Formats: sequence, C-alpha cells, structure tokens
Amino acid sequence: MYETVIGLEVHLALSTNSKMFCSCPAESQKNEANTASCPVCLGLPGSLPTINEHAVEKGIMFSLALDCQVPKRTQFHRKHYYYPDQPKNYQISQYDHPVGEHGKLSLSNGRQIGITRCHLEEDAGRLVHPSYVDYSLVDVNRAGTALIEMVTEPEIESSDEAREFLRKIRAIAQALGISDANPEEGKMRADVNISLRKAGEELGTKVEIKNLNSFKSVQRSIEFEIKRQTRILEDGGKIRQDTMGWDDGGQKTYLMRTKEGEADYSYMPEPDLPPLIISQEQIKQIKAKTPELPDSKLARYLELKIKEQDAKQIAIDLHISKFFDEVSTSYSGNSQTIANWLTGDIAGYLNNNQLKIQETKLSPQNLRKLLELIDSKTISGKVAKDILEDVINGHDPAKLVEERALGQISDNSAIIAIAQKVIDDNPELVERVRANPKAINALLGLVMRESKGKANPELVRKTLQDILA
Amino acid sequence: MTAHEIVSKIKSKKLSAEELISQALKKAKIVQEKYNAFITIDDKAINKAKELDTKISNGEELGLLAGVPVVVKDNICSKDLRTTAGSKILETFIPPYNATVVERLEAAGAIVIAKANMDEFGMGSSNENSAYGIAKNPWDSSRVPGGSSGGSAIAVATGVVPFALGTDTGGSVRQPASFTGTIGFKPTYGQLSRFGVVAYASSLDQVGVIARSSQDLALAMEAMSSHDKNDSTSIKNTNLEFLKSVASKKDLTSIKIGLIKELCNEGNSDDVLGILQETQKQLEGLGASVETVSLENVRYGIASYYLVAPAEASSNLARYDGMIYSNRVGENSEGQIDIMMKTRGELFGPEVRKRILMGSYALSAGYYDAFYGKALKVRKLIANDFARAFESYDFLMTPTTPSVAYKIGEKTDDPLAMYLDDIDTVLANLVGIPAISLPMGQSKDNLPIGIQFFAPALKDETLLQLSNIIEQNSTNFAPIVKI
Ligand SMILES: [Zn+2]
Repeated sequence: MYETVIGLEVHLALSTNSKMFCSCPAESQKNEANTASCPVCLGLPGSLPTINEHAVEKGIMFSLALDCQVPKRTQFHRKHYYYPDQPKNYQISQYDHPVGEHGKLSLSNGRQIGITRCHLEEDAGRLVHPSYVDYSLVDVNRAGTALIEMVTEPEIESSDEAREFLRKIRAIAQALGISDANPEEGKMRADVNISLRKAGEELGTKVEIKNLNSFKSVQRSIEFEIKRQTRILEDGGKIRQDTMGWDDGGQKTYLMRTKEGEADYSYMPEPDLPPLIISQEQIKQIKAKTPELPDSKLARYLELKIKEQDAKQIAIDLHISKFFDEVSTSYSGNSQTIANWLTGDIAGYLNNNQLKIQETKLSPQNLRKLLELIDSKTISGKVAKDILEDVINGHDPAKLVEERALGQISDNSAIIAIAQKVIDDNPELVERVRANPKAINALLGLVMRESKGKANPELVRKTLQDILA
Repeated sequence: MTAHEIVSKIKSKKLSAEELISQALKKAKIVQEKYNAFITIDDKAINKAKELDTKISNGEELGLLAGVPVVVKDNICSKDLRTTAGSKILETFIPPYNATVVERLEAAGAIVIAKANMDEFGMGSSNENSAYGIAKNPWDSSRVPGGSSGGSAIAVATGVVPFALGTDTGGSVRQPASFTGTIGFKPTYGQLSRFGVVAYASSLDQVGVIARSSQDLALAMEAMSSHDKNDSTSIKNTNLEFLKSVASKKDLTSIKIGLIKELCNEGNSDDVLGILQETQKQLEGLGASVETVSLENVRYGIASYYLVAPAEASSNLARYDGMIYSNRVGENSEGQIDIMMKTRGELFGPEVRKRILMGSYALSAGYYDAFYGKALKVRKLIANDFARAFESYDFLMTPTTPSVAYKIGEKTDDPLAMYLDDIDTVLANLVGIPAISLPMGQSKDNLPIGIQFFAPALKDETLLQLSNIIEQNSTNFAPIVKI
C-alpha cells in the first residue's frame, strides 16, 4: 500500500595509526581514560589541527570504491555544537567540498543505490556516567579519531535492502583495509532516514533514526517505523519530522528530539586547515594500491564454477576470501571442495564457537593438506571431519593421521581378516544379508567399527561381498 | 641596550645573564607598578639565566639571542607559565606546552621574563578590555597604550626588553607600536607559526614583533621564522634571511611608494597628516618616489573585518566552557548546560561577549551568505586592489592610526569610533600581507605618531630594510621612554 523510502548515513572508524588531526594513537579506547591525549585533541588554547594524510588516502580509496567522483579540491569545515564530549565544542568535518560525491553501489537484485557523498571527520570523546554521583566524566581517548561518513540517496526500498547494503559497505571497507567496520566494537554505526509514500507520489516526511550499532537493529527499526508510520497515515495523521532513537530492549523507536530542537551547526570553513588539492597523480597511485573488491572476487569465484550461494558467502568476507584464495592457488583439486569446507563444516565450527577464521590457527596449508589426504584416500571424509577441530587449532593433519594411525586400511589381508571375524561372530546377520543383499550395510558398519573407522569402506564392501558370494 | 649589544656582551662575558635578567626583572616590576604592563612576571627567569651562564662557562655554543630578555604577550602559550589571554576564564591556565615561537626564541637563548597585559583574547585597541586592569601609556599615563598588544609595546618603549612578541589580528601590534613610539611589525600570514597562540580570528591572526631597532627585529624574525609542521597555514620553503638582508641597502633609490588616497586625507588628525607629509619628504630625500594611489575597496575593510573576526572568534572561543579546562562557575547539581552558560556569561568580559554574539549571528544558518560569505568576498576585492597596486609600487603607505593615543576612557562609550580607528591596520590582515608601523614623529603634545608601510606577501625582508634605512637616517628613532 505504501512504498518505503530509505536513506542511510553510515559512519566508519578509519583504521589509521594516529588520530585525524594529531599524532595521538587512534586505537586507545580500551586504554586508561584520557591517556591518548595531547593539546590538539584536548582542544587546549593555541593548539592547531594538522591533517592525517593516511586518513585522507583511505577516504579517497573508499570514495573511489563506491564509484564516487573525487574532487580536485577538498576542504574541512567546523560543525558547531556544545557538548562535553567534544572538547572544542565544534567537530572538524566536511561540508560542501567532501572527499567523494555522486557514487553508487549495486545490490544483488540489480538495483543501484546512489551514494550522495563520503566525507572525513573526527569522532567525539566518550562520556562516562558513574552511579550515585552528581557528575559525569569525559574520556577523550576516542576524541579526534578519524571517521568517514557515507550518505546514500533516498533510494533503498526495504529493510532487507538496507541490510544487504550495509553488509556490502562493511565488506568493501574491510577489503580495502580502511576500516574494521565492526559494529560490535563501534567501528561502524548507521543512521536511517525513512519515509513512506503512495506509489507515484512525492517523498513523504522523513524520520531519522540515530546511532544504530548493529545490522539487526537497522533492520528491526526500519520494520518498526514502517508499521508505526503506516498506522499514522492510515488513521489520516501526519508524520512529524522527528529524530528517533532505537530501544533495543523494547524493540521500538522512541522520540529523541523534534525538528524545532535541531541544532544550528553554523558551518564555517576550518581556517586552520587550508583546502587540500588532490592531484590526478595521487588518485592514480591510490587506485594502483586499491585491493580487490568483493564484487570482483565474486565474479572470479563464479568463473571457477563455485555455487553462487557459496561464492557470495566467501566473497563478502575479507578473511574467508583471502583464505580461499590461498588454498586455491596451491590446491589442485576442485575449487568447490574448498568452498564446501569453508562454508560448511568450518563455517559451522566458527559459528558455534563465535570465532572468526582469522582468530583461529587454521592455516591454508593445513586445509589443503587435509583435502589432499581425502583425495588420496589416505583418510575418509569422516575421519577428516573428526580431526577438523584439531586442524583448526593448528595441528598439521598429516601428522595427526600418522600419530593417531588414522590412515585408511587399504591392505586387503587386514580387511579380509576383520571381515571374516565379523561374519563368524554374526551368523544371524549373515543370514539376513543372504536373504536381502541390501542389509550388507549392517555388516559393513560393524567392520568399520572394528577398524575404528580406518578401513576403506569401498574395499570392505567388496571384501564382504566376495566372502559371502 | 639592543638585543645585538646584549648578545655580544653575553658572549664576550662582559655581562652575566644572571645580572642582566635580574636587572630586567627589576625594571619590569617598576614598569608594572607604573603602567600595569604585565599579567605575570616570571621570577623563575633568573634560573634560566643561571643555566645560560653555566653553558657560557662550559664554553657551549650559544644561540642567536643568548641572554636576551623578552616579553611575550599573554595569549602566546609558555610552558609551565600561566597564559591567560587577558581573560578571567583562563586565569588558572598553565600550558603544558610552548608555542612554536616561544620554543624557538628559547632555543636561540632568549629568556622570557614576563607575560604582557592585553585586551581580552586580543579584542580591543586600547588595552582597556583586559581582565587584569587597564595598562597605561608611558608617554602620558593618562592615555591608553593601544592594543591589544599594549603590554608588549610598553615593555619595549620603556626599555625593559629590546623586543617583545605581540599578536596582530587587525593591527594589535602596529597600533600600540604607533601609540608608544616603537616599531611594530606584522609579518606575512603564515610567516610565523600560530601553533600555541590562543586563537582570536584564525585567518587573520599573526604573531608580530615590537622593537626599537630594525636590526633587533631582524634578529627576532631570523630566530622564529621557518616552516612549522604543527601549523598547516605556516608557509613552506620560507628561506628569508632577515639578518643578512636587513642592512644590505643604504637608500631608497628607484623605490616606488604609493600613498593610499582613501586613507591619507580627512579622517586623520592634523598632527598625523603633518607627520605623513614629513615622512613623504624624508622618503623622497632618500631616493624614493612617492605617489598617490587609489584603492577603492579599502573603505569596506572595517566592515569586512568586523564580520570575519567576530565570526571566527565565536568559533574559536566556543571551547571555553568550564568543562575540560578553564575556570568554571556553578555547581555540579546545576547541570552541564547551566554551568557552561554561567561560566561563559560571567568569565568573559563584555567586549568578548559582544563579539561572540555578533559572530554567532553572522555564522548562523540562513545568514552565512549575507554576512560571513559576503565579508570573504569583500576581502578578495581588497586583496585584488592591493595586488594591482603592487604591480606599480614596492610599498604602500598610510598612517598607522588616524590619531595619537587617546585618553583612557575617552572612547569606551563609543565602540564604533574605536572600531573605525582600525581602518588602516585591518587591511594587512584581511589581505595577509606584511606591514610595519614606524615611529616617524610626534604630535604637538609630544605623543608618538606611526606611519604604516605595506609590502607584497612574502616580501617581509623589504619592510625591515625600509625600516632600517629610515632608522639609520633619523635621529632619536624609537627612543626609550624615561620612567
Ligand atoms: Zn591528540
């Protein structure tokens, strides 16, 4: 009945060593409060910002990856608001000359979402509110760390699209190495602008949902707002241009402020930072340094005839795709086999243990060896699955097979001996197999158990058939 | 003594740094008593003098400014030495770092003995807006010393130090120099680092030097001017050799000087116009040709300046809210917003509050283009006028101020009149070019009168040469005022 119109603003913490405008370390959120500070990020009188060139480079790289135009000249502005988490009471951000403009990103359904702009800015500090006291505390460790903010056109049409868009942005940021883009650690946050309209009508009044820190909350808050706004419109009401927050516990949006309460940021060109001139040469260098993007990986995997579902799952994860590529270059077997393991048992293990592949000791070499042990019929698939956990924990599969004597028994005489024993011990079963040849699986299972899973199952079957024939 | 004389006496061990600095401190205290020139006098300076003496007796290499006592305006950060910017809000602020200019002076062997009185955050041209009391003109203590670098000018005029640092946002070095009979030099924007200089209007602020001798001025510039990576507006590859060039010319042969028509007629006192004429004659006598030139947009200078400066000030002063540092008014229970408002309402002086209000208005949504944006356009027009004139002239000149130092309290009820007095000086800041005020004579009442010269950007050296030539051909140039 109503069409949903969504625009996203995504903030990514840039993975730079130092802050955006001073040389304090950027990764210091977990350190003791206020240890990563200097006159600049404390906003002391007389201090001046200087631009972190690595942050600018990452900003340009990200903009280019989103098909943005990177201007010849980019400039910083001051955005004013009074709040104690911002020592200067203004944030150095970008206004009318951002680092990237007019980009786009394609979704899997073929729709293109326009990227309005990408701009660099500094993050604020953190307020701490101790209990039972009449004050709050400021920790400036995060103040001044580099952020890139990306804003889309109002062209996203559903919560699913929003979620996919965010996943893609995260994948791109990670592939480029510009940001960990990890919402759980606060390295990625999103604001959602959402309005409803009847087909063919002009854009409705939008509501902004601020500071969403998980993909799930983005999705849920959109779904909630669609219902809320639909109800209001159907009752003949009007949507107010409000700013909302998301209550994760109650799974609902709540009013943060009305339009009247909106701050006048009084943007002003930052006089302490002359505009930056970006040369074609610099853009060329950055392009040359740009790592492969997820979409290009996906195309490559599809060419390797990997199932689309698996290819997507691998391509979107920087570490899994890197892992895949490393195994793939040295493994002569079928690429789909690698994909099966990565998206199957390995993914299952990681999921169950809340781990990421890069957090384990699994090496591409060991996975390749494991696959080769199966291919050479040294071990069965079952044994491989049994020892997978140990391989993930850093053990060399070849050594495991040797130490634990897990190699398949392909020696005829050994298998004949076990098979004969099982036949001798189970006359009733033998009778049943004679009546119904399909029942041979019961005998086969016993032989496998007797051999502790090491016997080559094909050989066992053939041997049993021979003896009983 | 000039800085040159001090350095040579220190190096030849005719004088110990301890002796010299203790004399300077003693004199500073007398000057403080009479003219309230300082906000903080640093008795610890004597320890630095002793350290220097040890260095000398150890035969260590000495810097350009070994043993020279200097006074620094109180809006320039000095490590471990209180820096108030003339404001109650920073009454207890002790910087953990040195401004680059202080760092470089000290590295060259200079010793900071005091922090000079000033108009709060540089906002004022009479030193009447200091939270630490009005400073007085040593030529006539019923008159203002000028501002905002009033204390620095007094310290130099009375001979406490051979030179002092000021800051010049719209004339704050040149105007007090003119009122106290000293040389006031504002370099090209970016020539001296602003790192550690409490910001008033960032795109206009520039550290300047007040001195009694052109060669001392060159010495100070030599020690301080080179690129500073901590200031992104600091000029790169500034390879000026002030010391080498300052005395390299003897006269003004083939030098062309333009007298800015719009600023050299009515609007100036007769005394000032008289000295302007005498200066013109003296320049011609030294070989220069002086002609009148029209720069039609200079009349918009004041309007442009009083939009740009307050707008930037409203932003720069936003940080003084009593939260992280600076004094605070109010109790925790009142909450952060009330504390911020009380702190700013009670600890900023009236002129500062006024400029913050004007500036916030000029920057507010919907007004930006009409005010700040337009002021920036006018600024460009004025810069174009100057650029055109510099195609024909080496220097442009005007009076530094339309009249001599006025009586304390005389203009406090007429702020607009006081703003208009900056008409000649603001131009250099709006355009970013170097300018110097030279003490060219005195009024009938024996009050000093300064004449201002502008040079094209980066031609800072030529202004010092001009100053030196005039100094060498004058008697009683920039005399020490007897106290
Ligand atoms: Zn810092």
